[in-house]
Amino acid sequence: MPVWESWNGLESLSHNFLTGKLEDFVKWSRRSSMWPATFGLACCAIEMMAAGGAEYDISRFGMEVFRSSPRQADLMIVAGRVSQKMAPVLRQVYDQMVEPKWVISMGVCASSGGMFNNYAIVQGVDEIVPVDVYVPGCPPGPNTLLHAILTLHEKIRTGEILRRRAASGAGAGVDLAEVPGWTPPLATPVHLGTPR
Amino acid sequence: MASPGSLAATVAELAEVPSADSAGDEVFFPSRQDYVGLAKALREAGFETCSDLCAVDYLTHLDRPLPAGVARERFEVVVNLLSHRAARRVRLRVMVPEHDPVCPTLFAVYPGTENMEREAYDLMGIRFAGHPDPSRILLPEDWEGHPLRRDYGVGRVPVQFKEAPGPR
Amino acid sequence: MSGEGRAADDGKRATVDPDDAWRTRLIERTAEGSQELAPVGGTSPVELVIERGGVLRVPEDAALDPDAADASFGAGETMILNVGPQHPSTHGVLRMMVELEGETILRSKPVIGYLHTGMEKTGEELTYVQGATNVTRMDYLSPLHNELVYSLAVEKLLGIEIPPRATWIRMLMCELNRISSHVMWAATNGMDLASTTMMIFGLRERDLVLQFFEKVTGLRMNHNFIRPGGVAADLPDGWEDDVAAVVDTVGARLADYDNLLTGQPIFRERTEGVGIVSAEQLLALSATGPILRAAGVPWDLRRSMPYLAYDEVDFDVIVGTVGDCFDRYAVRLNEVRESIRIVRQILEKMPSGDYRTQDKKVTPPPRARIDESMEALIHHFKLFTRGIEPPQGETYVAVESPRGELGCYLVSDGSNRPMRMHIRAPSFVNLQSVPASLQGGLVADMIAVLSSVDPVLGEVDR
Repeated sequence: MPVWESWNGLESLSHNFLTGKLEDFVKWSRRSSMWPATFGLACCAIEMMAAGGAEYDISRFGMEVFRSSPRQADLMIVAGRVSQKMAPVLRQVYDQMVEPKWVISMGVCASSGGMFNNYAIVQGVDEIVPVDVYVPGCPPGPNTLLHAILTLHEKIRTGEILRRRAASGAGAGVDLAEVPGWTPPLATPVHLGTPR
Repeated sequence: MASPGSLAATVAELAEVPSADSAGDEVFFPSRQDYVGLAKALREAGFETCSDLCAVDYLTHLDRPLPAGVARERFEVVVNLLSHRAARRVRLRVMVPEHDPVCPTLFAVYPGTENMEREAYDLMGIRFAGHPDPSRILLPEDWEGHPLRRDYGVGRVPVQFKEAPGPR
Repeated sequence: MSGEGRAADDGKRATVDPDDAWRTRLIERTAEGSQELAPVGGTSPVELVIERGGVLRVPEDAALDPDAADASFGAGETMILNVGPQHPSTHGVLRMMVELEGETILRSKPVIGYLHTGMEKTGEELTYVQGATNVTRMDYLSPLHNELVYSLAVEKLLGIEIPPRATWIRMLMCELNRISSHVMWAATNGMDLASTTMMIFGLRERDLVLQFFEKVTGLRMNHNFIRPGGVAADLPDGWEDDVAAVVDTVGARLADYDNLLTGQPIFRERTEGVGIVSAEQLLALSATGPILRAAGVPWDLRRSMPYLAYDEVDFDVIVGTVGDCFDRYAVRLNEVRESIRIVRQILEKMPSGDYRTQDKKVTPPPRARIDESMEALIHHFKLFTRGIEPPQGETYVAVESPRGELGCYLVSDGSNRPMRMHIRAPSFVNLQSVPASLQGGLVADMIAVLSSVDPVLGEVDR
């Protein structure tokens, strides 16, 4: 079959010394310049903006360019409570992002519904999009958000990142529970400072 | 009783509307038919702006204290008016029955009530006759039900340590 | 009417002419108001707001429907453009549907509800002691004002007085919150008008205030500090020096804002003459706060209907002349200066005493007493499980938040939970003035106008 049909990103490389270095380079470039999409919803959005300000400076990690267009963004930081009316919009923006993409669920409202356990709020944004890092706090201060971002960077560096495209090779629309033969990976915690 | 000689009291006495005093606020209880007329008269008398319009559901507290001559109903539309010149507020409480939850709109008198009445319709189910855009404002347009009513559950899901154990 | 002058300003503005033919077409499309138009001079502002039909009243999915475009306007077709809800410049999840003829906005409709959290319903499920945690997350840029209005409403229903020190602490925290909110507004406003430096400046100043808040309340935002009965804790030692450092720094740095924006030609071009609505129309639309004061109406609840101890401090009410976006910016910047002035007076006049009322039925006893006295333990237990039980009644209390009149209508049925808690959110009401401000403007003006209204979607949607 044509080579482009069997190409599946990093997974297609036959692993040897040269491609190992290439993998490291790709992972380094992915985590060093990860552009967030503007998805600030409520109070957490203000703390996310504060993380972009001068005191906490997300620009050290190459992330100060918050792209409004999902086509240009790698990371969606869902900052704030997701209401029932906003949920389809969230899913649409997520679908419009191009792979590789990651999701940080910032704050307790995005992670689990927070203090608003009622008719109007989606109880955890992971009901709609797959989440990579959850950030607790109401709102989490900029330091906590930066810790979450560094955790995500570490997950990318060690390759522990969850592969959303499984055997079927389809995109973000795949509901992994329905893919035959896919089992959830073991949730091993990733610590910063993992030996390299 | 509202303080005699006050602006609002004069207007309301002319309209013979029952009134009360609630922790220092003047409150009037016009009927649904007299309500827009009273608001118009109050606007002429100097209450230039409507601070707030909201709806209240008294399903669980039907025996609230009301002055004599006011029909007791399940819903109330509460309007707070403000006069800049006199720096005073006045409150109107209109009784709206459960079997016929319709109230005349205040939009022609105070256009600033447009969004407030839409919210009262959306969350409480009270329709405002004559409103230019009677559609839902806060909830999705295809939502069924009116959540702020007292017989609509809050919609909580069971979580660990509260209600029920176990995963969602 | 000042609105009529807009199209006649300069050649590069709207192509829509303000004469009767245009207005008649608009009146026919909007289904309210009589079809007999009186001359403009003889029409009351209330009727003018209804007649001018600046509000686009179509269903929310009309933007998808090509037939909704109106071919009856003669010169060219119109289209309905959707801006948001995910957009860098709509100040949160606000969606604007604008009907455009070329680049000119004819009618518009702010669509809200994307952050509806059911907070008023949640408020009915929480006790009065827990209520402040819920209310504080509505207007998340000035959370202390939300807590203040809720606590004032509960205290009015209870009929209790709080000690003077509690009042002055509340006033100090609220004025500092006003400073941080206006400075944050200046940051996002500058960012929307393409000045990223302004964003950095504003966030820098806001961070100073938030660090003080973290020292006093334990949190940077959503503090739950002002509670019914007083405040949660006393100010820490050394607070005078901290506050003095904050206001001195912020006051000095306001000169940076003037350097950056106030005299800058691009900023002036984008904000002067943009978004003008007459004061009478704003009053008819129930607008309050800086947008009303920028239009020339000297209405500030702190001066006209004082609460807390605002009648004992000296400050000016800042009023604009024209009511355009530049005036709103100037009003807010000068309100920061007035707030700094108030804070300096509070530094001198802060009384000593209790920071919360001693009424055992309302505030919990000090933690140390719980070990000593059985009664104190029982009171603590009852307060945190059952809570306060105000007598039956209803009340409406309003304060001046950085966005306008923030009110709380509270109905108590005698139990430990409110029967109805309604917050009159200033941004929810101020958004009604947006269609009138945008009429005849350009799409770029929409960004400037939306930003100048300073909506906080948390309180708009609740």
